[in-house]
Amino acid sequence: MNKGLSPIVKNVAAVALVPITVFGLYVIAHGHLTPGGGFPGGAIIATMTALLLISFGTSWVKAIGKERLSMAESLGLVGFVGLAIMGIGKSFFNNFLVGQGLFFGNAVAFGPNPGWLGTAGLIPLMNMAVGLEVFAAISLIAITMFTAEVSK
Amino acid sequence: MERNKSKPIVAAILFVFLLAMSFSIHPAGKPSETKMDDFFIAHGQEETGSNNIVAAIVFDYRGMDTLVEASVLFAAATGVFIALGGGKK
Repeated sequence: MNKGLSPIVKNVAAVALVPITVFGLYVIAHGHLTPGGGFPGGAIIATMTALLLISFGTSWVKAIGKERLSMAESLGLVGFVGLAIMGIGKSFFNNFLVGQGLFFGNAVAFGPNPGWLGTAGLIPLMNMAVGLEVFAAISLIAITMFTAEVSK
Repeated sequence: MERNKSKPIVAAILFVFLLAMSFSIHPAGKPSETKMDDFFIAHGQEETGSNNIVAAIVFDYRGMDTLVEASVLFAAATGVFIALGGGKK
């Protein structure tokens, strides 16, 4: 069991944790407007896990649970495939929400515009699913590698 | 001995070759085939509603690529989990 580093490092990590998570969520949520998306956003949030592992040690891993992370990973991938299948009436990966006026379905103005969050149909939802999957997968890899026991 | 003598010759030939190749690359920003790029730039915004053309291509036009990419990450996590003792002790 790794006890982690000094209280100074722990406090700084605890302060840095919130902006890192918020920035990662921002990158995921604005994937259809600005550079970024599910993959980089999920990786940014996963750096939070690495920071926690290094500064706080491994005592908190049991409370989170590897099974729960694995579940989140599977959920992200299944959600991605599910969203892709939902448009199967026309084709796989058919973006059926665009221009419907529903959830994320506002019509977007053609040409340069400031950008609205509620556009692009399935793309933000897929970004969220992929972000969840990437976050859980990289966190799982980091935790597993950090807590691996060397057999004699 | 023979090997050491041929080294500068090989380096010189490689240098000349790379120099010639660097001059023969077509200029940046001017691809020879632009039909597909023009289509995405002209229709991407109205077809997908996404301001970000890259997101439109990655998650809509080439969604299958992204799907398999995500599965690769899933497989990688699974492999690490299996290899480094995620199972019951």
